[in-house]
Amino acid sequence: MSNLLISAQSLGKKYKLGELVLALSLRDRVTDAVRSIGKKKRAPAEFWALRDVSFDLHDGEVIGVIGRNGAGKSTLLKIISRITEPTEGAAHLYGRVSSLLEVGVGFHPELSGRENVFLNGAILSMSRVEIRRKFDEIVAFAEVEQFIDTPVKRYSSGMYVRLAFAVAAHLEPDVLIVDEVLAVGDIAFQRKCLGKMEDIRRTGRAVLVVSHNMSLISQLCENVLWLDGGKVVRSGPTREVIAAYMAQGVGGSAEWIPDAPLGDTFEYHRVWIDGGSGDAGTVAADRAFDIVYDFTVKKPMHPGRLALLIASAEGTPIFTSTSTDRLSAIREPWKLGRQRVRCTIPGHLLVPGRYFVTISEQVDMVEVLRERIFAFTVTEQNSLTTRDARLGIIAPLLEWRAEECS
Amino acid sequence: MHKIIRARSGLARLNLEELWEFRELIYFLAWRDVLVRYKQTAIGVLWAVFRPFLTIVVFSVVFGRFAHVPTGTLPYPVLSLAGLLAWQLFSTAFAESSSSVVSNPQLVSKIYFPRMIMPLSAVVASLVDFFVALAMLAVLMIWYRVPLSPSIVWLPLFIFLCLLIALGTGIWFAALYVRYRDIRHLIPFIVQLGLYISPVGFPSSMVPERWRFVYSLNPMVGVIDGFRWSLFGGRNPIYVPGLTISIVLSIAALIGGAYYFRNTERLFADII
Repeated sequence: MSNLLISAQSLGKKYKLGELVLALSLRDRVTDAVRSIGKKKRAPAEFWALRDVSFDLHDGEVIGVIGRNGAGKSTLLKIISRITEPTEGAAHLYGRVSSLLEVGVGFHPELSGRENVFLNGAILSMSRVEIRRKFDEIVAFAEVEQFIDTPVKRYSSGMYVRLAFAVAAHLEPDVLIVDEVLAVGDIAFQRKCLGKMEDIRRTGRAVLVVSHNMSLISQLCENVLWLDGGKVVRSGPTREVIAAYMAQGVGGSAEWIPDAPLGDTFEYHRVWIDGGSGDAGTVAADRAFDIVYDFTVKKPMHPGRLALLIASAEGTPIFTSTSTDRLSAIREPWKLGRQRVRCTIPGHLLVPGRYFVTISEQVDMVEVLRERIFAFTVTEQNSLTTRDARLGIIAPLLEWRAEECS
Repeated sequence: MHKIIRARSGLARLNLEELWEFRELIYFLAWRDVLVRYKQTAIGVLWAVFRPFLTIVVFSVVFGRFAHVPTGTLPYPVLSLAGLLAWQLFSTAFAESSSSVVSNPQLVSKIYFPRMIMPLSAVVASLVDFFVALAMLAVLMIWYRVPLSPSIVWLPLFIFLCLLIALGTGIWFAALYVRYRDIRHLIPFIVQLGLYISPVGFPSSMVPERWRFVYSLNPMVGVIDGFRWSLFGGRNPIYVPGLTISIVLSIAALIGGAYYFRNTERLFADII
């Protein structure tokens, strides 16, 4: 017997583009008003971030929300979390909904771990009694016992994230809303978090989770909602929807821009393919191309490492490369500020086809993996068509020499 | 428990029940503000004493010595400190609550709770400094042998009125600030100017009788007079029409502000 916990009916959210421009000072208002005297009032451009989205969530159910960046996933979660209002449609919530759109909301760097647990717990709508009761469990889960009275600004980013997630993991809502928070932390900790989400489902509660990580989604969810351009493209059993989603590729553009700032030590601006051709999503098989990391280092840190994994459309890893592979590059601390790092992938390496890019960065000794951030296509070389359909997973251009036999 | 999320139309309800549900968060945010204010400072909460103390020294020299402001039988430092305490309570509460929403964008865009919690907790947090500074007034009164008036039982009422004014104005500013960043420039201006047009460095009895009513349109006049009256008794009589204006204005500002806040808060997450 399953009870309905959330029922969303044709939710829509419209933004006026003018409202998105944040520089709304009074002076702008006045000058706008003066300029528009005598002119017909121009209707501001509108933009539907979400349109006509409906779904039901029952207890014991985990629904995954997938789609590329800007598909409306976060907007949907924000509406269900009551952070922003829908423009149209309605959602009925039956039960206590807690949302975790970002770990460590309200964490204050100057406060100690202990103080932040209480503060963050209260912000996530736990009562003081409840936090006190679960305090030891939270600290143990986060594995930060010795540092609990140290200001969190002195924590490593791994410890910080663990503590923040530990607080949230001990919420006992009827519905937990999670936005890509598992993209952080090391593998062992991610596994722990997955276990926690499983627990929620087993105890008859429900989870609504956004992720780009398809393996996580297929492990966790029985149903998936695929959004694109604010609309539901497809919804239903996980396997079917993910298959359809994958078949279409990760997204049209061969670039990745994080949805939200990713922390206060290291932040990506964009990761993309620089292939020299007009169409960013395709590279010619005989041409070299670059994967470019554009990021900012905000705090001095241990020598970091960037890594790259190219996998085939079927998911077979083709190769991995890291920024510290060459001995000469190792163990230089990263300089502060915005910077770019390029990894050049030679031509004549990949066979024509579709590939997925997975990247990772090691920051302060914590490795963070970002799976399948975008896809690209290696196109055939028209002049050498015979090379294109050959067997093998790479197509190197090798040297063939004739030797005289004496 | 059943909640419906949909676009609101018409005037938003104040929804005080929900505010009550989240009352612990008011405490926690206030607690955070107080903790953070004095973290990694050498003398910590003593700053709450230092600032008014130094101000009083300057005032005593400028107004007391040079300008010879008449203070009746009260020593000048005691009279001005009483006024300054009231003013600092207001200005801290007002400035902090005005910027409470904008200074916590992460809370606004990532988590739900009644937004009114933010200005409310800022006002609560300002009380801590006030009580510390109040201890200094006690010391000063003992030093100058100023007897405590029995009317001190009314002091909590004037403290409450002071907070009401701060919250009433702060809540307006907090909501306006999200949309118009001009407010950032306005806040310190109001705090600075208000110090001089309010009877902090001088008793309001110095104001000519025919201007008294107009002067009382500044609601802090009633509060500061009330502070002095409840602390020192009959030597500083209350101007009743002025106090009435004070009360009426503050309640009007609070109710209007609360409705304005509630009606704009649904846009906060979109425009912050």
